[in-house]
Amino acid sequence: MWRASELLCMKAASMNAHQSLAIGQPIETLEAISPAATAADAMVRFENISKTYPAYRGKAGVNALQDIDFAIARGSITGVIGRSGAGKSSLVRLINGLEKPTLGRVIVDGRDISALAGRELRLAQRSIGMIFQHFNLLSSRTAADNIALPLEIAGWTKADIKARVAELLALVGIADKHDRYPSELSGGQKQRVGIARALATRPSVLLSDEATSALDPQTTRAILDLLASINRELGVTIVLITHEMSVVRQLAKEVVVLDAGRVVESGHVADIFTHPRHPITQSFLAEVIGDSLPVSLASRIVPEPVGGGQAVIRVQVRGAGAGDTLVARLARELGLDVSLLSARIDEIGGQHVGSLVLGIPGGEGAATRTLAWLSQHQSPAERLGHVA
Amino acid sequence: MSPELINLIVQATGETLFMVGIAALLGTVFGLPIGVFLATSRKGELFAAPAVNGVLGVIVNATRSTPFIILVVAIIPFTRLIAGTSIGSTAAIVPLTIAATPFIARLVEAAIREVDAGLIETASSFGASPIQIVFKVLIPEALPGLMLALTLAIVSLLGYSAMVGAVGGGGLGDLGIRYGYQRFMPEMMLAVVVVLIALVQLVQSAGDYLARRVNRRLRQR
Repeated sequence: MWRASELLCMKAASMNAHQSLAIGQPIETLEAISPAATAADAMVRFENISKTYPAYRGKAGVNALQDIDFAIARGSITGVIGRSGAGKSSLVRLINGLEKPTLGRVIVDGRDISALAGRELRLAQRSIGMIFQHFNLLSSRTAADNIALPLEIAGWTKADIKARVAELLALVGIADKHDRYPSELSGGQKQRVGIARALATRPSVLLSDEATSALDPQTTRAILDLLASINRELGVTIVLITHEMSVVRQLAKEVVVLDAGRVVESGHVADIFTHPRHPITQSFLAEVIGDSLPVSLASRIVPEPVGGGQAVIRVQVRGAGAGDTLVARLARELGLDVSLLSARIDEIGGQHVGSLVLGIPGGEGAATRTLAWLSQHQSPAERLGHVA
Repeated sequence: MSPELINLIVQATGETLFMVGIAALLGTVFGLPIGVFLATSRKGELFAAPAVNGVLGVIVNATRSTPFIILVVAIIPFTRLIAGTSIGSTAAIVPLTIAATPFIARLVEAAIREVDAGLIETASSFGASPIQIVFKVLIPEALPGLMLALTLAIVSLLGYSAMVGAVGGGGLGDLGIRYGYQRFMPEMMLAVVVVLIALVQLVQSAGDYLARRVNRRLRQR
């Protein structure tokens, strides 16, 4: 999702991690390496992909994906977010060869998976795990036997399977559910089995197809934490497709925003969501921070100044530490009794994102000075009106 | 009822069980793969072969729509070729098997189609071959449905086996017609019907029990 130069930074970042330097180091400060290395270091690379479903049984053909061209760095956690029908499912299924592109190539770990078929494809698929919204566990097999399935298919010996399954059950934290059937497990436990099964053959990529969409918020958090630790400890590259902003916010470091089969924005989660450009991105952001005023406030706002009242100003808060002391400094430097009418600040990728609604007393002059001051301090602001 | 008549009933029951048992076995041997293929060979499916699927479907339907008694008579030369004779229980197995196979195939198809398509996708995603998907996913997941299908097939075969009595096939149907109907022995007719009812009950109960045992979807501790 980032073009050459940015990808290089990712490479450098992962190298630094190996050299046990601070992982949290800002990526921009790292040195770029030669462009030749980029191709090899993308875990997944989409090269000018288009995917068209032909007309079938009276249904018109569908252009599911168009001109998709981006890379997913090795070891990253990348969220692909979009509304229903944006092409997310098709995109993720291109990675493990369940679907073939109409045009273009998909390179996974240096191999053109879109060109593989039959036995070669099946061997390549063993290094790509996938988890599903509805878990897709076999009801006829216990948790342990579900996890064993990909190993049986890969031809492991019984003893190796037994040892590996025990290891995986412990990894996902359900060692005590060994002999339970899926019907006896909760949603979260089922998804843990799904994750263990996906990791069984030690894949280098883990695909998540709305893996938490059928779970409650608390369970979702636990599953996302598990995925984060798997990424951290096993170095597995994770690609999540989701329609839920909260999933991207909690887990992903990189994000690709998909709309109507096209990538409309991509990059670091913090960058994309602190400065969303596309309306779809903005609407996803609004889900988290909300852009509507409290009803009691909204109903009192009038367009003309009110004698002895306050001007209502909304300030966008974007970036690390933004807004921390903004109101205090504004009040002190302009000598105004600023009141906080409404505020909503959240954190995305370590960056603050949100808005403050301020009440500024002192008539038109004070309001104008406030807007000028905010603009000087890189805090985009707008006047919403006045309240008594 | 005299001991001779009871002996006749016991012997006829044995013949019926033999005919039905072997026909159910052979019907499953032929019907299971045909059913699995029918369930997985439409456009875009695991063994996609829409043309073969279509032709096979027509053959299955044609066999199923032929009244059984006509089927028995129509294939007498074929029965003689396979069994060496067209009379008796062994010969009756041939038309019974031919009737059971498409019936079982359709039931198997329905049971396999009940398996969530997501499971096929899941198995494909970790590199399972189509054959592995059939044996490790489809059949185990459809097992409760397959058990019920086989139960239904055996019950139907019990009915068909009574019909082959009309053409000298032996078994309970034969006994009922020769003694109960032709010799006007209503108690013999009643006895035959009671034994058949008992057999159907037994088979159905056993089938239900086994289907429940293998159904992990409902299992709770």
